Amino acid sequence: MKIVVLVKHVPDAQFDRHITGPGNTTDRDESILSELDEYALEAALQLAEERGGTKAGNEVIALSMGPSGAVNALKKSLQIGAYSGVHLSDDALAGSDAAATSLALAATIRHLSADGRPVDLVLTGMASTDGETSLIPAQLAERLSLPQLTFASSLEVNGRTVVARRDAGAHSETVEAQLPALVSVTDQINEPRYPNFKGILAAKKKKIASLSLADIGVDPSQVGQAGSWTVVESAAARPPRTAGTIITDEGDAGIKLVDFLAAQKLL
Amino acid sequence: MANALVFIDNPGAALKKSNLELLTLARKLGETAVAFTGELTDDVAATLGAYGATTIYQPSVDDLADYLVAPKAAYLAAAVATSGATAVLLENSPEGKEIAGRLGIKLNAGVITDVVGLDADRTAHKSVLAGSYNTTAKATTPVAVLSVKANIVEPEPAGTVAEPATAKVEVPADAVANAARISSRTEKPASGRPDLSEARIVVAGGRGVDGDFAPVEELADALGAAIGASRAATDAGWIGHDAQVGQTGVTVSPQLYISAGISGAIQQKAGMQTSKVIVAINKDAEAPVFEIADFGIIGDLFKVLPQATAEIKKRKG
Repeated sequence: MKIVVLVKHVPDAQFDRHITGPGNTTDRDESILSELDEYALEAALQLAEERGGTKAGNEVIALSMGPSGAVNALKKSLQIGAYSGVHLSDDALAGSDAAATSLALAATIRHLSADGRPVDLVLTGMASTDGETSLIPAQLAERLSLPQLTFASSLEVNGRTVVARRDAGAHSETVEAQLPALVSVTDQINEPRYPNFKGILAAKKKKIASLSLADIGVDPSQVGQAGSWTVVESAAARPPRTAGTIITDEGDAGIKLVDFLAAQKLL
Repeated sequence: MANALVFIDNPGAALKKSNLELLTLARKLGETAVAFTGELTDDVAATLGAYGATTIYQPSVDDLADYLVAPKAAYLAAAVATSGATAVLLENSPEGKEIAGRLGIKLNAGVITDVVGLDADRTAHKSVLAGSYNTTAKATTPVAVLSVKANIVEPEPAGTVAEPATAKVEVPADAVANAARISSRTEKPASGRPDLSEARIVVAGGRGVDGDFAPVEELADALGAAIGASRAATDAGWIGHDAQVGQTGVTVSPQLYISAGISGAIQQKAGMQTSKVIVAINKDAEAPVFEIADFGIIGDLFKVLPQATAEIKKRKG
């Protein structure tokens, strides 16, 4: 199986994050591999390992689109266990919205299929931890005419049939489709492995291919702000919430809480 | 010609509050039509009319619900072409966002998700980076696709009530080819509590409940609230993953968020930051949650919550 996993470098959510510049884009100085992508990577590695790994012709390719820093997300992915990395990078990509991003990623996946071994499965996390639109899986599937199985909390591939379970609000569903397909996974699907010493050493020998827009046959006008269908017109830091009244319970805090709720007309 | 098309997906016997909110918001944009799936009862049709829908579209096929999102996006694309709408409004549920995504590609239309406000010129307001920024965004395309969060407007019927026309929309024959099929579906037992993503009040418990959600549940029931939980609590198996609030769970923007035994690390704050009023109860006076609480109680949740529950019951008689 040839599996492509989308990985994104995102600002670390442990710290304050900022929107900067004329395009109102996210500052990526302190970026890491998006935590939610690790679940997709783990799912890909398990599928490949069940099938005999690299010796049996399985491939797990980590794909990241983004400026030079995105290489760090790929390096981390290789340390965790991805077999190779692909970095799509081009100045013209800056400021791409979900539609333009999905166009570039779709072209990259077609490019990766052009060696005669088509991509069987595209795996993604449920959302990035920065933009959080969760649009990319659906838009990429639409552009590649793939069935999409999103928010998978379990995943099996039997022959050419992919089966996933997902929780959709008031009900749980089992969904299935034929490969090739796109699957996004939640943080319930597995326990991602940590890179160990062996993995870190092995990663040094693995390849990261660099691709530009010219390599994937995309015109710069199709991506970036020029190719985007939405524009962020303004961004303002929300005034920090200020602490209100803090009391220490002296045996009547529950009653004071109800007084507060009544005063706020929340009862 | 409609200006706005509201997607209402299989509401059952009565429209949900979130459906009515979408209809209320859509009227800002002009004439409203509805792209409907499921059984259209007389009651539902009358309510749609009361909320200003002039036309109700229905799909030519009735098996859209057997597949995941792609055929619904194909139906909506056909409904946009028929209605001439320049804006499509959907619920901001995971499924709503995915349909929005696929629809955007089909229509070459910009998609904006997580919308919390909408102006008449289609400018959308959003809260991003876990509530730390407010942004405005706009689709630059002839059609805009917008998925709108719940609880951002009060549902309000239209001034004039029209009897909406109904029309069938031809769903493209290839819409289900190559789509993921739903092979089985299990309804979860109904809790009787409001849906977390739409609830007006949320009572959430974290590590501090130490495996016992009973006081959280009892206060929630006294307030008619939904139950939320931190990731620590769901990972520990004390409560279902459905209850998880925050970045990898449900994002909520209720009128009131009561946080009990949750320290308020940054990802947890993310999930509650856009709540109107935040109440925090924690034994640890240093817990970061107190930095954002409108009303904070340093105390034992096992004493404070039951006392509050009893007091509410007393006052409500």
